[in-house]
Formats: sequence, structure tokens, C-alpha cells
Amino acid sequence: MPTHTLTVNGKQVTVDVEDDVRLLWVLRDLLGITGPKYGCGINVCKACTCHINGKAFNPCSVRVADVKPDDEITTIEGLPATVGADLHPMQQAWLERDVAQCGYCQPGQIMAAVAKVRQAREAGHEVGDADIDEIRNICRCGTYARIREAIKDGAKNM
Amino acid sequence: MEQRRSPRSGPSGSDSPPDPAGPDLGRRRFLGYLLAAPTLAAAAHLGGSLAAPRHAGAAIPSAPEVQEVFDLNDLLTLATKPTANLIAVVLNPDGTASFDMPRAESGQGVTTMAAMLIAEELELPLDKINVTLADARPELVFNQFTAGSNTAISMYNPIRVAAAIARKQLLKAAAIQLGDTVTALTPHLGFIEAADGRRIGYGELAELAAAQKTEQVEVELKERSQFRIVGTPQNRIDALDAVTGRKTFAMDLDVPGALPTMICRPPTIKGTPASVANLDAVRQLPGVTDVVPIATGVAVRARTFGQCIDAVNALDVAWNPGTVDGESDDTVLAKLKEAELPLAVPPLKPLTGVVEGEFTFYWRNNAALEPNTAVADVRADRAEIWAPLQSPILCQEQVAAQLGLPLNAVTVHVMQAGGAFGRRMFNDVVLEATEASKKMGKPVKLMWHRTDECRQGRMHPMCTSRIRATYAAGNVLTFEQRHTSVATDYTQGFGEIITSLGAKIPPLGQGNELGFSVPVFHLTVNVPYNFGAVTQLLNEVYTYDTFPTSSVRNLVNPDVRTAQELIVDQLAAKMGKDPYTFRREFVDDDRVRAVLDKAAEVGQWGREMEPGTAQAITVHKEYKGATATLIEIDCRPETVNRRVRNAVTGPRVTKAVMAVDTGLPINPRGLEAQMQGGIMDGIAQTLTSSLHLRDGTLLEGSWDDYFYTRHWNAPLETTIIVMPPTTGEPGGAGEFGVPSAMAAVACAYARATGTIPTSFPINHGTLSFTPKATVPPLPPSPTNGLEFAF
Ligand code: FES
Ligand code: FES
Repeated sequence: MPTHTLTVNGKQVTVDVEDDVRLLWVLRDLLGITGPKYGCGINVCKACTCHINGKAFNPCSVRVADVKPDDEITTIEGLPATVGADLHPMQQAWLERDVAQCGYCQPGQIMAAVAKVRQAREAGHEVGDADIDEIRNICRCGTYARIREAIKDGAKNM
Repeated sequence: MEQRRSPRSGPSGSDSPPDPAGPDLGRRRFLGYLLAAPTLAAAAHLGGSLAAPRHAGAAIPSAPEVQEVFDLNDLLTLATKPTANLIAVVLNPDGTASFDMPRAESGQGVTTMAAMLIAEELELPLDKINVTLADARPELVFNQFTAGSNTAISMYNPIRVAAAIARKQLLKAAAIQLGDTVTALTPHLGFIEAADGRRIGYGELAELAAAQKTEQVEVELKERSQFRIVGTPQNRIDALDAVTGRKTFAMDLDVPGALPTMICRPPTIKGTPASVANLDAVRQLPGVTDVVPIATGVAVRARTFGQCIDAVNALDVAWNPGTVDGESDDTVLAKLKEAELPLAVPPLKPLTGVVEGEFTFYWRNNAALEPNTAVADVRADRAEIWAPLQSPILCQEQVAAQLGLPLNAVTVHVMQAGGAFGRRMFNDVVLEATEASKKMGKPVKLMWHRTDECRQGRMHPMCTSRIRATYAAGNVLTFEQRHTSVATDYTQGFGEIITSLGAKIPPLGQGNELGFSVPVFHLTVNVPYNFGAVTQLLNEVYTYDTFPTSSVRNLVNPDVRTAQELIVDQLAAKMGKDPYTFRREFVDDDRVRAVLDKAAEVGQWGREMEPGTAQAITVHKEYKGATATLIEIDCRPETVNRRVRNAVTGPRVTKAVMAVDTGLPINPRGLEAQMQGGIMDGIAQTLTSSLHLRDGTLLEGSWDDYFYTRHWNAPLETTIIVMPPTTGEPGGAGEFGVPSAMAAVACAYARATGTIPTSFPINHGTLSFTPKATVPPLPPSPTNGLEFAF
């Protein structure tokens, strides 16, 4: 069985697993990193959203063999460390707005929100309603209104 | 004038027995228990107390508008009366209090509510209270069942009584320690304080205040005017866990040996496996440890879920037909139309006007984001289960029966759910996990694929609603509604096996319809307007287990009320009145009128709107409360036709304003969240989300074709107004927001486009996606995820 070296939340790890196992299952089932959630397995619900080199992506749709050892994978568990704090400003905004209901989608929503704010800035503007409309993460509890507010708040402190 | 005779009839209290201490004190004096335990433990009957209503044995009235006097919550609350079992608040030596709650937390915020009630009576900060979910406790019988938005209503008094007894006992223990009298001491934020500034912490008192023997105690609850936490907006106690990814769901558990397990499922609803051609070959696939046929399909256990998916798709299974292989949307619709009960009032009468309508509501998936998951560890002499469950006692009974084990050999742990919406009243995933674990002789962590949820999960039954209303001389004379539905499965009963079996009593399904569906219909529906002679009747087709059905965030009211409000708008138009003014004039309840006025005012009813956009306003009355929703919708072509990859866009709700009166909002912030969620469901159900049935198969297979509301469909402006307390007794919340929201979106669409929608969701007629294959059953896992990184 091939051995894969990955950088997850700043740490190097190795796993023995077949090349085509999708990264989500390597994280969840083999490494015990359960913040990224499963909701569809085909890159449509976005519950599993994580970052690769700072960009949002969905590990349910990426083979472990397609991730390079020095690609920085960040899950919700590692997000605060990227800003050297106990909580990322986006998580803080989520708490202040009391966004979560069941909470199942929220790790993915937060990871997507952080990337969306950065993407907007790279395009030369602050995140706005049109950007938020592009976020594909499903919230079946219907927390969209508070997410919208929290993203705008969180962006201010990013 | 409304005639509520319910136990929670509110401040008028005319039905209460006279109390020597005065009516107010009488309502706040309760009996509970001190339990013999190492630290202070105080308890209360769940469902019974000194102040128990006199009407506990009263028959359910059969007047036409039963809901007015006795709604489903009264039935659920009454179902809890006969048990003499206790819920307990325990004080720990570290100064925290613990409460093991016999209810499911699926995102509706009931653990936060429970913590608030304890904090209130115990005078302890909210963050010092730990609320966990209780394992199945069969002795609670009816009392461990989460449904009908009943949790706040049934737990409000028992939790407060237990906490108040604990406070009383702490005061006694502190009086001895501080050499003072109880009346000279004050409990404050985890300390008992004396007038001279001396104080002693709850932690220190936890053991000193412990009871040596269990005894009954009388206690007086706080007056509502003294509440400092109840009624104030509080954040959820599990919010930090949710945003850090630490919140643990069943699929996150690390139970030794419980490897990922999935099921290869049939191509049609409720098909069964006949034979498997390549069991041994699939057993050899990478990561796979076990492959065994079970009743509902073929179970695969592997090192990772990804390898389960591949193995499931590699299986070559011959399938027996399912229960509805010949059925499609149109065959079901024909059966519904045939079964519709006749209207009594003729359509044409001299000098009266008539408004009529017939509406069709298609199937809707429960679609909790966390798919069905259960961990099962079955051994020869015992079994242990972990799963999010709304009916854990029934689950324990079913697992024991399935394995031929005594009840006490089965332990059922209730996990927090990633949404439920009625889905987790049914224990099908647990029974599959139990069967797989037993046959494999190993623990399993069984998860449904999303596609399984869409295609073989439970759904809101397809139904029609026909209405005929007549009017003359400024009055509505008659209002008749005939609701015809595919049978809803009530075999989860009230959460335990006796009532559950009652729903299956032969001739097949009759117990279900006569025992549950019809009573539930009459206990939940009403027409909240003074419309003369009102009749509402339900008829069901098919037996209860033909289609896999359940309630989906409310039972019949989203559809029943949407049909009504569309007719109400037409009545208003025919009678030459503004929709808001008309409703204001005809609503039959002051609380409904108050929320209607509030939503109209905050939402700026009547403001000028662009062509192709419109406002609508509707009301709803249920769960001992009232809501009104004002919706603004944009149906202009540039909005309707905007493009989002793999998505439906369509009309957009641009603004939603809802006013809600629940009698006593325990946590206004949590209530606001529930109403926001209800609005998103209302939008989805009117505009975008349904399942298509074709030849026994549901065509939808994931979130890219089951179109629940997405960010791009959500309103840009959402405002919830929580009304100040009215009755002083809590009402329901979880399902309460959906009906008026769904109705308002439908009415707004009708007003913006000039076309009254008659089938829901409005996009159901056009299939806007290519259905995924049914064999192999699961969509392949993509490999191009990095291309979409942003
Ligand atoms: S599980 Fe990865 S997008 Fe749904
Ligand atoms: S909070 Fe439950 S799915 Fe988003």
C-alpha cells in the first residue's frame, strides 16, 4: 500500500492508503480529523470545505495522491493557528452572531467564508452580498441570514 | 372569542382549581423530589406536578375546530402524564450543575433552553450548566420523544421545579454553614450570600446539601417578573464546539473497531436484494473487510467510507421489486383526486360569490445535512448503539426485539443530530447497523450516502388541498377544505413500542390512519379567520408503509395553510379589499391580529413595488402561538433567469419579515433563529425543492438536484420580531415558522406574476437536471476538486 506524506494543520503526517482514496476519508477515517463533514461526497454540499494553500476546496473530490507533501492543508481545527489566535476572526463573528443551529454545516461555511473574503480582496473589493451569493455551502437548518451578517462582520477583523 | 381549555391556558386561569394561597402563588407552587445521592440532586416529574391541570383525563373534543381548544401539544403533554418518572438536576463539587435531558437536540436549541431554565431557578451562570442527552430510559415510556415542537412546552415546568428544589436545599445547607437564617441569605451567580458579605460557593455546598434519603419537597417557583435569564436573548451553549469543529456527531465517534459501513441499495423504493453475483470478488477490494446481504440491501464494511462507496458500486446485485415500482407522480395524483372527499356547499348559489382552488404539493425529503448514521456494537449477550434519535426508547425496544435480547442488554446513546426535521423519529438506520454488526460479528459505523437519503429516505407525503369559499354582502359564508394525502407513517407512535404497534394494528394501516393521521390532522389544522361555516377534512390513500413517509418540519400545515392563504388573497380581491386589511378584519384571534399588524408595520406593507415584484402577508396559528410573515419577491426576468452552475435560481425572495408570538419566548435569540430557518424552508417548498417520482424511483440524488434554499436564493433582508410575552407559557418553535412563510412566498409569487400557482414547488413541472443512475446506486466520487478551489 502506498505511503502518503501530507501537511495538515501545520504538521507533517504520513498515511498508508491507496492512491485513489479521497482526501476527506483520509482526514476523517484515518487521521481522526472530524471537523470537515460529509454531506454528499460529490462536491455539491460543501460541508467538507477545507483550505489548500489558503484556498477553499473540497477534499471529498480530491484523491490523496493528488495532494503534494508540501501542500498546506488546513481544516477548521487548524484555522485559528493561521492567525496565531485561539479563534479566527470569522469564528469569533460566528459566535457573536450565534450563527450555528445544528452546527453540522458550519465548519465548512466558515472555511468558505474566509476564502471568499480573501478572494474578494484579491479582486480589489470588500466582500459583499454578490460574493456571498456565490457561496455554495448548504445549510439545511437555514442559517443563511446570520451567515450573511457574520461574514461581513468577520471580514472587518480579517 | 377563543376558548382554550388546554392545560396551559394562560393567565386568565379560569379553569384552575381555587388555591388557598391565591391564584398566582398556586400556579407557581410545585412538588418535586430530593434524591438520595452523593451530591445534591433534585428532581421533578416530567409531565406531572402539583399544578397539574384538572383536565388531564378530559376527552379530546370533536368540534370542527379542535385545534382551537386542544392542540397536538396538549396530546403530547398528556401522553406524558401517566409516567411517574423523574428528571434530575445534579450539583457537582466543582460548582457546576448537570442535567441529562431526555430529548433530542438537532439544532433547535433545546439544550440551551434547558440550561437557561436551570440557570434561572438555580441562580447559576449559564456557562456553569452542562446539558447532555440522556441514553434511552424505557421507564420514561412516553416521555422521551422529540416531536411536534413540544420540548419547551413539556419541559418548562419540570426543569424549573428540579432547579428550584436544588436552590432551596443549597440555601438550607448554607444557612447551617454561615449560622444564618435561610431568609437572610441570597443565592447569586453560584454563591449563597449573607447580608454582611460572607458567601459560600455552590461547589462547597454540593456534598453538604446532598439528601440522605429520597423525599418529596414542595417548592415555589420564581415569579415571571423576576426572571433575569428566561426571556433574554442568549447564545447557544454549544456554539463554540460548533464553530471549532469539536461538536461531535455519531459519524465522528471513535468506537473501537466500528469501521465505516455503507449499504448497496435497490434501484426502486423499498426493493430488496434477491441475490449477489460477486460477493467474494468485492470482499477482495482494497480496504474492504466484510460484505453481507441484509434485509434492505448489501452491507459493506471497509477501512474508509470512500472504499465503502467503491465497493457498493462494484456489487452486482439482482433486486426484487419494491412497493411502488409502477407508481409515478401522475399515477399518485390520479389516486389522490379519486379519493378526495366531497365538498358540501354547491359551487353556485344565488347572490353569493365563490372562490375555489385546488393545489398539489409534491414530495419533499427531510434532508438533514448529516445523513442517517448509527454506530452499533452487537455482541452475543448485549448491544450498544450510538445515534441521533428522536424516539430512543422505541429504538431500544426494536433493537432488543430484533436481537432477541432482554431490554436491559441494549444500551442506546443519543447523539446530537446534524438536523432532524422528522427524519430521526424513525430508527431504520439503527436496525440496519444492528443487523450488519450481528452478521459481521464486528462493530460498525453505518452511514447513508446522500444519494440513499434522497432515493430511499423518508419524505413528506404528496398531497392535494381543495378549497371552496363562498361570500356575500361583505362576509365570508363558508370555507371548506379537503386535504387528500398519501398516508403519513406514524408507526413511531409516541416514541415507544406499544403505541407504535397500535399504529400497525390490522387491517393493515387502519390503526395508523384512524389512530394517528386523522386525529393529528384535527389537532393541528385550523382556519384562523371568522369565515362562517368552516369544515376541514383529511383523507389518505395507500397504506402507511407503501411509501417511506414522515412529517418534514411540521405535518400538514405548511400545505394546508398555503392553500388557504392563496384563497384568502382571492377572497380579498373579489371583495375589493387590500390583503392586509382583509385579514385584519377577519382574523379570529387578537394575538394573530397583533403579529399581523407588527409584520405589516415593520415590513412597510403597501409600499410601492416595481412591476414584476410584489409583497404578500399571511398569518398562522399553532403551537399555542401566532406568526405573521411579510414577503417581498422579485419575479423579473433578469432575476428569474440569472445563472448559477448546477442550480436553480428563479424568483428571489428579497425581503422576509416575520412577527412571532410564542406566549413566552424563553430564548428570543434562539426563537429568532428557528423562525429564520422556517423561512428558508418556506422559500424552498414554494419555489424549488421537491422529489420527482418516476416508476418507483425518486429522480433526485443529491443537493445538486434536490434544490433546498441556497445562499443565492436566501433573502438579502430577514427580520424577525419576537413579540413580548403574552400568555406567559412557552409555545413551540422548531416547526412553527414554516407555514406562514411558505404561504407568504406563494401569495407574493401570485401577486408579482398575476398567476396563482397551483402546484408546489412552482418549478416541479420542469425537470431541470439529468437524473443520476440508479445502478450502480451511488454517484462516482469526483477527482477534480482542485479545479474549483477559490
Ligand atoms: S461532502 Fe464534500 S462537498 Fe459534500
Ligand atoms: S446549522 Fe444545521 S446544517 Fe447548517
